Amino acid sequence: MSTFQIDFSQSDAAQKSSKIVGIDLGTTNSLVAVMDLTGPRILSGIVPSVVSVKKNDEIVAGKEARELLITQPERTVYSVKRLMGRGLNDIGEELKLFPFRIAPESQRVLRLQLGDVLMTPPEVSAHILLKLKHDAEAALGEPVTQAVITVPAYFNDAQRQATKDAGRIAGLEVLRLVNEPTAAALAYGLDKRKEGIVAVYDLGGGTFDISILRLHEGIFEVLATNGDTHLGGDDIDHLLMRIALDEIHTEWGEDISSDSTAVQLLRRGVIQAKEELSFVPETVIRLEYNGKTYARRLALDVFDKIIQPIVDKTLGPCRDCIKDSGVTVDQIDEVVMVGGSTRIPLVRSAVERLFRAKPHTELNPDEVVALGAAVQAGILSGAVQNQLLLDVTPLSLGIETMGGLVSKLIHRNSTIPASATEQFTTAVDGQTNVLIHVVQGERELVKDCRSLARFDLKGIPPMPAGLARIEVRFLIDANGILNVTAKDLRAGREISRDVKPSYGLTEEQVEAMILESFEKAEEDLTERQLREARVEADAVLVAVEKARQEEAFLSLSNEERAAIDTAVNELIVVQNGDNHLLIRDKIDGVDKATQNLAEAIINSVAEKALKGSKIDA
Amino acid sequence: MPFEFYEALGLEPKLALDVEDLRRRFYQRSRESHPDLAGSEAEDRMALLNDAFRTLRDPVLRAQYFLQQNGIELSKDVPPELLEEVFELNMALEEIRGGDESALPQLEGARNRFAGMQKEIDLELEAIGARVDSGDKTALEQVRSALNRRKYISNLLRDVDKELNVHLSN
Repeated sequence: MSTFQIDFSQSDAAQKSSKIVGIDLGTTNSLVAVMDLTGPRILSGIVPSVVSVKKNDEIVAGKEARELLITQPERTVYSVKRLMGRGLNDIGEELKLFPFRIAPESQRVLRLQLGDVLMTPPEVSAHILLKLKHDAEAALGEPVTQAVITVPAYFNDAQRQATKDAGRIAGLEVLRLVNEPTAAALAYGLDKRKEGIVAVYDLGGGTFDISILRLHEGIFEVLATNGDTHLGGDDIDHLLMRIALDEIHTEWGEDISSDSTAVQLLRRGVIQAKEELSFVPETVIRLEYNGKTYARRLALDVFDKIIQPIVDKTLGPCRDCIKDSGVTVDQIDEVVMVGGSTRIPLVRSAVERLFRAKPHTELNPDEVVALGAAVQAGILSGAVQNQLLLDVTPLSLGIETMGGLVSKLIHRNSTIPASATEQFTTAVDGQTNVLIHVVQGERELVKDCRSLARFDLKGIPPMPAGLARIEVRFLIDANGILNVTAKDLRAGREISRDVKPSYGLTEEQVEAMILESFEKAEEDLTERQLREARVEADAVLVAVEKARQEEAFLSLSNEERAAIDTAVNELIVVQNGDNHLLIRDKIDGVDKATQNLAEAIINSVAEKALKGSKIDA
Repeated sequence: MPFEFYEALGLEPKLALDVEDLRRRFYQRSRESHPDLAGSEAEDRMALLNDAFRTLRDPVLRAQYFLQQNGIELSKDVPPELLEEVFELNMALEEIRGGDESALPQLEGARNRFAGMQKEIDLELEAIGARVDSGDKTALEQVRSALNRRKYISNLLRDVDKELNVHLSN
């Protein structure tokens, strides 16, 4: 394609309003996608969800960080999604499995030690998001400020809030958190099936979700969801690692489990073997280290036996989900497979047996969630019409009542936004505040549920016990995040409340982190915009030179030709300056000056076409 | 506002509803009120719509809501007609919890009887519902009695199932 017209249409792209991107922030890998006229498309390559702090304190994310996992494992972190929204007391299991170095001063919020740098999980995730943001900006040639980010459907309130915080820290306005299986259904529904009942089985690197949806005329209604936020391919890797480490210990007479470089090399070998077993019946786990070699044959049937308990662990949530959805197995038309771990043959056969239907694997299980996020972004921007997601909250919401019991206010699988109101009063004369403890979970005792937050309702006018009438409204918004408001019914006014989230960052902490990363991001963006503007100026100048050779150029008036010369000269003058806005301005100038020329060329091209001559010279 | 769940879906307060029609209305109104399409200020409206659909599509929740909107609360007492059965069931539960599994068949028998009763109550509710809908206000008290029984039985069933699960999985 060498026509003038097409060269110029590219420069128009820079003036289009900025796009909302869809981001799959995965345990192992992350991806960014956008909605185009033709459908959702992935914007750039896979970004490994790995962050590393280099010796000069520069922080990198993605492929570069994944390489650093081998050379400087102690300054590198992966699978950080497992730590999102969690406190020190509930990561014991994780610490056994992952080389996370938790800073000693961690309290309500974990801090990871990477060299001299301390980072919370949302900050680590923010660096992955920042990398995706930059990749997207490079691919689109325009700034990206708004995003839809996906989360596991079974994420609780704290995990969702932490994801939203990560987005804000990365300088992204998170317009919506979408559940991963729902996003996958959206991409699948647009592409394949439009009506019926679909189950989405999503087994990723670190999380498992199952959702059942009803699809009807563009409405994607989630009927039920279930899952396990700490179950995935990572767990398979750990089982294989444990076997290999034991065997290496025996064979080499040496325990390498505390040598983090060796462990990371072995982990790489294990993952490679695991992935190969999705396509061949036998493979070898291999580690070459310090002149020694470990090589272990692994056949598929042995592998199947090793991972059977993990696959079985996904089936319970599937059965519960079917039960909660109110449909029978026979009514489920299709099962869509999402997440890299669904390539494993044993996973596929277990799903097929349970749902009595052949699982669908046509869409790339690594990409479908990001594509769905882009579709949701399109729904929010209005680019996608007539589609609507109706999602549910995965866990029941309740408050603590007398004796440590939970009183449920919003049941699991309620469509969101969902609300409940409850009246409270005072227990003692003159009491001026009421403390409300909100929990999430299915169990009857507070201690078995997850604490979300404590709300302190303050400024209640003193009066005898039991007379105050405080109405508290609990709203789970469309992101699955809880909002609480309180009203004094007697005085008819809002009551102020102090929110103490049980896990996660406070508003002030998030604010502080945003500022820091924003300054850096701004600097980066300006630099990038300058580079992009210069590249575009080059392209425009080349296009004009080419146009001068066209016959149509001769048909212009002298004034028009002079105007083009002036505009071109002005662009050449500013092209190597530091002001990208000025460059853009002069590009516009050339665009305007060459408008008639462009039309003349199009006309002559059309004429030639009518005469039957070739367009593409 | 009384009966606002019905109003949210554009319906007259009735005990008998066509669930497919309800779903159509819910979908159509979701397109108008979902914050994804109508902006975040629509959040409250959508929350009400969701609550309304969730409540009205379930015949039991719907009947409960209907009574409540008529100012009638359910009671927490044991329905007198179930007293004897409940007494025997509790004995069997005690024995099993105490480690005596000989009462297990009795428990399973009770389970099936209760499940059968629940089905009967559902049919009964449908019949009384039709009378209420045609203007017979006195039938409301019968709805209440049926719901009381149903709720009580479903709590019993939950306890029995919990116990049976423990022993069957052993």
